[in-house]
Amino acid sequence: MELSNKDLLAIRDLSPEEILLILDTAESMKEISTRDIKKVPTLRGKTVINLFYEPSTRTRTSFEIAGKRLSADVVNISTSTSSTTKGETLKDTGRNLQAMNPDLIVIRHSCAGAPKILADTLPASIINAGDGAHEHPTQALLDAFTIREKKKTLSGIKVAIIGDITHSRVARSNIFLLQKMGADIRVSGPHTMVPPFIEELGVSFMPDMEEAIHDVDVIMMLRIQLERQQHGLFPSIREYSRFFGLNLEKLKKAKSDVLIMHPGPINRGVEIAPEVADGPYSIILDQVTSGVAVRMALLYLLIGKGNRESN
Amino acid sequence: MVLLIKNGRVLDPASGLDDVVDVLVEGQKISTIAKGIKPSAKDVTVIDAAHLVVLPGLIDIHTHLREPGHEYKETIRSGSLAGAAGGFTSLACMANTNPVNDSASVTEFILEKARKEACVNIYPVGAITKGLKGESLTETGDLKAAGVIALSDDGHSVKNAQLMRRGLEYAKNFSLPVICHCEDLDLSAGGAIHEGTTSAYLGLRGIPPIAEEIMVARDIALCEWTKHPIHIAHVSTAGSVRIIREAKARGVPVTAETAPHYFTLTEEAVTTFDTNTKINPPLRSARDVEAIKEGLKDGTIDVIASDHAPHSSLEKDVEYDNAAFGIIGLETALPLTLALVSQKVLDLKQAVGKLSCNPAKILNLNKGSLRTGADADITIVDLESEFTVDVTAFKSKSRNSPFHGWRLKGHATHTIVSGTIVFQAKN
Repeated sequence: MELSNKDLLAIRDLSPEEILLILDTAESMKEISTRDIKKVPTLRGKTVINLFYEPSTRTRTSFEIAGKRLSADVVNISTSTSSTTKGETLKDTGRNLQAMNPDLIVIRHSCAGAPKILADTLPASIINAGDGAHEHPTQALLDAFTIREKKKTLSGIKVAIIGDITHSRVARSNIFLLQKMGADIRVSGPHTMVPPFIEELGVSFMPDMEEAIHDVDVIMMLRIQLERQQHGLFPSIREYSRFFGLNLEKLKKAKSDVLIMHPGPINRGVEIAPEVADGPYSIILDQVTSGVAVRMALLYLLIGKGNRESN
Repeated sequence: MVLLIKNGRVLDPASGLDDVVDVLVEGQKISTIAKGIKPSAKDVTVIDAAHLVVLPGLIDIHTHLREPGHEYKETIRSGSLAGAAGGFTSLACMANTNPVNDSASVTEFILEKARKEACVNIYPVGAITKGLKGESLTETGDLKAAGVIALSDDGHSVKNAQLMRRGLEYAKNFSLPVICHCEDLDLSAGGAIHEGTTSAYLGLRGIPPIAEEIMVARDIALCEWTKHPIHIAHVSTAGSVRIIREAKARGVPVTAETAPHYFTLTEEAVTTFDTNTKINPPLRSARDVEAIKEGLKDGTIDVIASDHAPHSSLEKDVEYDNAAFGIIGLETALPLTLALVSQKVLDLKQAVGKLSCNPAKILNLNKGSLRTGADADITIVDLESEFTVDVTAFKSKSRNSPFHGWRLKGHATHTIVSGTIVFQAKN
């Protein structure tokens, strides 16, 4: 089986079978990172460009390491060094990169739909590494991979996503993916940061965080952008933390085998207490480890299949 | 010059005429409407309108012609050609040019350009406030003397309610109707699409219906207080329709328009991230679309306007968030309106009223009727002929239409302005 598109733009475009293919492929990739010599020749001679219009440490490094462990040549472009400051359009930047014959471009952009512009314009494969508040499909895939590793299944599990849902591409991609795989999802957060039509996405909304987390298998905490306070979306960090932060006291209400996740970077003491982030239920660093495996799988599935004979 | 339109179904909502008769045009006026007119002079141009409908020339109350200032998007010339091809004989052009039409000299420039280069009647709309900034009133009397037929800060709401009140009161002296763009800028700030299911899915920032409705309610309150007529531009929400309906029932002198996209497309169209679906106000929910149709049907909404807003690839071939709001509509407004007739939302007479005599009445134009002695502005329409929308064949300089490739029915075969055929469809 293969992925049906040349690009990965959104979880919404993937079938459950494709999601399973990616997760299963990631399983076999994970072992490579545990070897003494962490490199296979699968993508030798392939060029991957990381085109990041927003700052990122984790995601960009994860893609870079994934590419390098598969022997691809990885080039990083971030806004400060690109020509966007000269007023070049995204399409023109894409065409210029395409003229250098990359096989795959990973793009992060602050505008929803930006990766689709590249995908529609360029023959290279495009991976969306986060576009505005739209989707962050590789994050959802690595989250699903991590949950499946711990819980053995995604079907029937209960997941609570807590925080700023409106502005979160991580929340959207996770909602779409976990739903496709049969999970039961509820969200909680201040009403000011939950879209009014959230229930039409097939999730339930629980205003009380303690109620939302008491019977779930997984709690996903979202990063709160502190500048949202200036826009009147919440009155103070102190109050946000009290009602929507995860601390040990709230955690007592949760199931004894609950998993705590966070896409990072975490605001310690705001949405997640240090004791929780570092505690026994936390699988936050497992998520980061999974990220490399999932991205290796995607690079392989999108541009590596033709190279199989030479491996 | 003599023009004889033979055997057409002549439909004139203003006079109540709906019959197969001939129309004789001599010079710039309609001279006779009767059955079996025999051409007397030799140099008569005869149009065989059998199986066609002959309508009072269509009037677009809401067009952006972009000249002066943005001639790469549209000019008075190209916009008039697009209007003529769409069956429009008169266009009211909004003031958001560069410079803004907020002084007599800009109005005079537009009218002079129109006189030289436009093939349809051009009626400039002047700004309510200088520079559309919402800070101080324009010289309204001067604008009127120069030729503006209405006032509007279209593209912006006059945020300060006191200034809007003064604007209405002052416009009253000069009998200039005020066209209101209703948008609470705090509620809509940063938004790109309707705040609803699609924005929840796509993560694009939403413009809630209340951003429009709060300003519709405010402007109606000001209208009721000042007793000066207002016309609400591009109504897009169920709530606005309800508020306007209630105001009309109390006798408030308010009229309203919508645009074809608001009864044809829903927020769903945005899911492709096609920037030709980015419009302000945004494409709304299916429920809103139904309410707009209901408002058209019961007369709450008086007018269908194109809100023709040309933009080039510079503004549209970019990220959705960075794209300009607006789509062109002059060359699709008529068939999209006729689709409402096919759907039995409107009868043909109502549809024609919303495209001709109602806008004429609101703008106090002596147009929009096929009477003996009236200006010979006439649109002849083939209701049955189907065609595929091809933006590359548009007369407009711009291509930003979400209807490219659509199969539509009904279009102008002849557009006649003051007795001159300014557009004739190829067979």
